[in-house]
Amino acid sequence: MEEIKAKMKSYRKHPGSFLLLLLVLLAAFLTIATLLFLVGYILITGIPNLTPSLFAWNYDSENVSMMPAIVNTVEMVAVSLLVSVPFGVGAAIYLVEYAKKGNKIVGIVRLTAETLTGIPSIIYGLFGMLFFVTALKWGYSMLAGAMTLAIMVLPTIMRTTEEALLCVPDSYREGSFGLGAGKLRTVFKIVLPAAVPGILSGVILAIGRIVGETAALIYTAGTVAGLAGITDSGRTLAIHMYVLSNEGLHKNEANATAVVLLFIVLGINALSGLVAKKLEAPKA
Amino acid sequence: MKVKEKIMEYVFLLTAVISILAVALICVFLFANGIPAMQEIGFFDFLTGTVWRPGNQIFGILPMILGSLYVTGGALIIGVPIGILMSIFMARFCPQKIYKFLKPVVDLLAGIPSIVYGFFGLVVLVPFIRENVEDCRGQSILTAAILLGIMILPTIIGAAEPAIRAVDKSFYEGALALGATHERSVFSVIVPAANSGILAAVILGVGRALGETMAVMMIVGNQPRVPDSILQGVRTLTTNIVLEMGYATDLHREALIATGVVLFVFILIINLCFSALKHKKA
Repeated sequence: MEEIKAKMKSYRKHPGSFLLLLLVLLAAFLTIATLLFLVGYILITGIPNLTPSLFAWNYDSENVSMMPAIVNTVEMVAVSLLVSVPFGVGAAIYLVEYAKKGNKIVGIVRLTAETLTGIPSIIYGLFGMLFFVTALKWGYSMLAGAMTLAIMVLPTIMRTTEEALLCVPDSYREGSFGLGAGKLRTVFKIVLPAAVPGILSGVILAIGRIVGETAALIYTAGTVAGLAGITDSGRTLAIHMYVLSNEGLHKNEANATAVVLLFIVLGINALSGLVAKKLEAPKA
Repeated sequence: MKVKEKIMEYVFLLTAVISILAVALICVFLFANGIPAMQEIGFFDFLTGTVWRPGNQIFGILPMILGSLYVTGGALIIGVPIGILMSIFMARFCPQKIYKFLKPVVDLLAGIPSIVYGFFGLVVLVPFIRENVEDCRGQSILTAAILLGIMILPTIIGAAEPAIRAVDKSFYEGALALGATHERSVFSVIVPAANSGILAAVILGVGRALGETMAVMMIVGNQPRVPDSILQGVRTLTTNIVLEMGYATDLHREALIATGVVLFVFILIINLCFSALKHKKA
């Protein structure tokens, strides 16, 4: 109480400081209020629309079930990660474990990875359409979409893996070399296992981006409703929601889809929080 | 054994080169498909033409360029002050307990898919503006600017907050010792010291706003015209592509790809600014 009184006294002497404090508090309030309103609105208006029929296995024009889209989303995530994780992790291993100081390739790889991070998803979509769909003649397909997204999330996985590898203390590597292990063995048996939580957090981030992606998928994976094989056109959950809200006929169903998407994002964020805790634990 | 080590080193090198290959492929395919259309339409006519009428083979994308700039500018006016003030709050004002709650809040804002933002804009913002702002049908530059302002918040905070936090403690203590209040020390010593980091955060925000597609498309009206006021609807570069790509053929299709090329060049310039700032800092 005394403290607050003293503070108020000081603010009376410095009204400018008080104004700045108010501004900062206002910004914080606005940010939190916006998020709470947005999430609250989607949940409150959407949850009553979550009927069991929306999770039926078949999609038809009577019942615009989101179940096929959910399965497609899982498929999309799996295929994209299957490609992007080995390449992203491999690239990070090269940058951290193999490249010598002053290696020119390292600079170029970093620059291009940074460029990839900044490219908006619609440009990825255009590229996917021109390259995978048209030039490689894959047509609108889950595979074309997954490859496009794999390039899109590659820098995320690369960067987080790189950071995780850099965090592994050199004494681990020296110990392994000292016991007579080769470089390859050291990387796979000692360094990588120690870096797993960091890599995992990158993968989780990537999953979040894939699940929420629309612009890069419309003209690569297409918008066909229903369960899709790897070479078929199919829609993920986010695209399903886009089509529903665009048609304007199924606002309630779109709202319900938003709830499911939001739950997935909440789940992903909680998971990455857990992994981050794991990451901090062994250091302490 | 030696051979295996060597082979694996090359395998890792190969994976590292993929990102170079990806950027090269993206450039080649975009430019190779977009530039010929620009030449056919006329480079100057394409960039400065104010009429977009694909049916009559008239392709001028000035309205879309202006649309993108207006919407992005509006988003910055709303998002930058709030984002920077929020970063300052998180880095220098709030106690650890509140920070632990705020960090997930910002992460959640960043994680919400753009389609959900767009839906929120469509069902909440558009009707709100239609009813409360005169002469506005709801789908307008203003609406898009507000929504994008919210969407770039986590981008700006995510980059600006660490920059402000990273300023050396001695700066702050020195200011306090000279008799400045906490607020004055933060605003006139710490924030200027974090200048380049904050600017980099704003540039990231510009990139995000300029490249956003789905959310903008649902609330910006999409009329391809040069707007007279922020209460009118416009079309942006990004939405132009998504709206018409589905049925476009021949020159129309190539003109849309050329629209993508223009957007891509904008983004590359922004990326260059960002890397230049980052390397200056290091």
